[in-house]
Amino acid sequence: MRTIIVGCGRVGAGLATQLADDGHEVVILDQSNEAFRRLSPSFPGQALRGDGTDESVLRRAGAEGADWFLALTNGDNRNILAAQLAAKTFSIPHVVCKINDPVRAQAYATLGVNTVDRTMMMIDSIGRFMGRPAMPGATNVTRAVPRPASVADAGHMPNDLAVDRTGGR
Amino acid sequence: MFVIVVGGGRIGFYLTKELLAEGHELVLMEKDPRSAERIRDDLGAVVVNRDGCEGTHLAEAGANRASIVAAVTGDDADNLVVCQMAKHHFDVPRTIARVNNPRNEALFRHLGVDEIISPTRMVLAAIEQDIPVHELLHLAQLEGGELDLIEAQIAGDSPALGRRPSDIDLPDGCTLFVLIRDDKAQSIRPDTVFAEGDKVIAISRTECETDLRRQLIGAAPMLGA
Repeated sequence: MRTIIVGCGRVGAGLATQLADDGHEVVILDQSNEAFRRLSPSFPGQALRGDGTDESVLRRAGAEGADWFLALTNGDNRNILAAQLAAKTFSIPHVVCKINDPVRAQAYATLGVNTVDRTMMMIDSIGRFMGRPAMPGATNVTRAVPRPASVADAGHMPNDLAVDRTGGR
Repeated sequence: MFVIVVGGGRIGFYLTKELLAEGHELVLMEKDPRSAERIRDDLGAVVVNRDGCEGTHLAEAGANRASIVAAVTGDDADNLVVCQMAKHHFDVPRTIARVNNPRNEALFRHLGVDEIISPTRMVLAAIEQDIPVHELLHLAQLEGGELDLIEAQIAGDSPALGRRPSDIDLPDGCTLFVLIRDDKAQSIRPDTVFAEGDKVIAISRTECETDLRRQLIGAAPMLGA
């Protein structure tokens, strides 16, 4: 099982270590070598410095034929670009994209991207700790709505998103 | 026409200026407060200090009635998200993205961006025009970038030299279109024999170019493709 992780932050580095322990062939990418200090010294995978939104870098990282692709940088948009490259250009079957802006997260879940939204996860878990009811779906990766065709032909998002569509009139 | 420009760098600034001069209704979104302030001093209230990647900010700017959204920041990821949000969330009929990494062009098109502007590609094309031999020259893009109109010059070391079209193992998705010899265009017939100095105009799918180059030119590309 080959897994590519873009972004060696706390989550990326932690997951890389665990997945490598599970026997995944892990390649983790980051723009800065400093970030790789977060990996455990015994990390058996590959740490590659490079831009995870650059097709040629991803190719070098072995994106072709990878099983999992996790876009976990600090930038929502960088994750969105990397995730769509992985899914469309490299046809990686399982792609997860971290998007911390809830509006964008929901929008892209509707567009066919598996998203994980830290903001909603924290609101949910703190709320539950305080005795509020769980928010549906917030603790999990939001599975993309299955779509028959590509994103480009997939038509439009439903109108029930949390954006005021009448604003600015 | 109501246009939203996202990104107040050089391109966004001058684009806004020109569009205003032509009398278009316009909002320029720039997320950096200092840049926004500077532009406001120059162009007035058309600039808003807002992030065009945020759905709520796009809504405030009036994306739901915009005819065109042009994302011209220096960041490809930002430009993609602006266009996708505009297209799929606000039904904007026409989205334009500046693409800095030419390799993102096909992906952006596939993801529904209507128009791609690639400064890198433009400079690259200008440089290629100046290279007399041994290169594929991109003359034009057809079918929204799916197909390229290409010129290849047959040099003394070309594998195609002295051969007929049927002797050349062309990749699928690639057609030899016309031949320019002694500054005259002629159609390529089955009995045409390629000679040194011939220019072959071909139409090729983008992904077949490497093969086409190998068949007609033979040498490795001089520019990093």
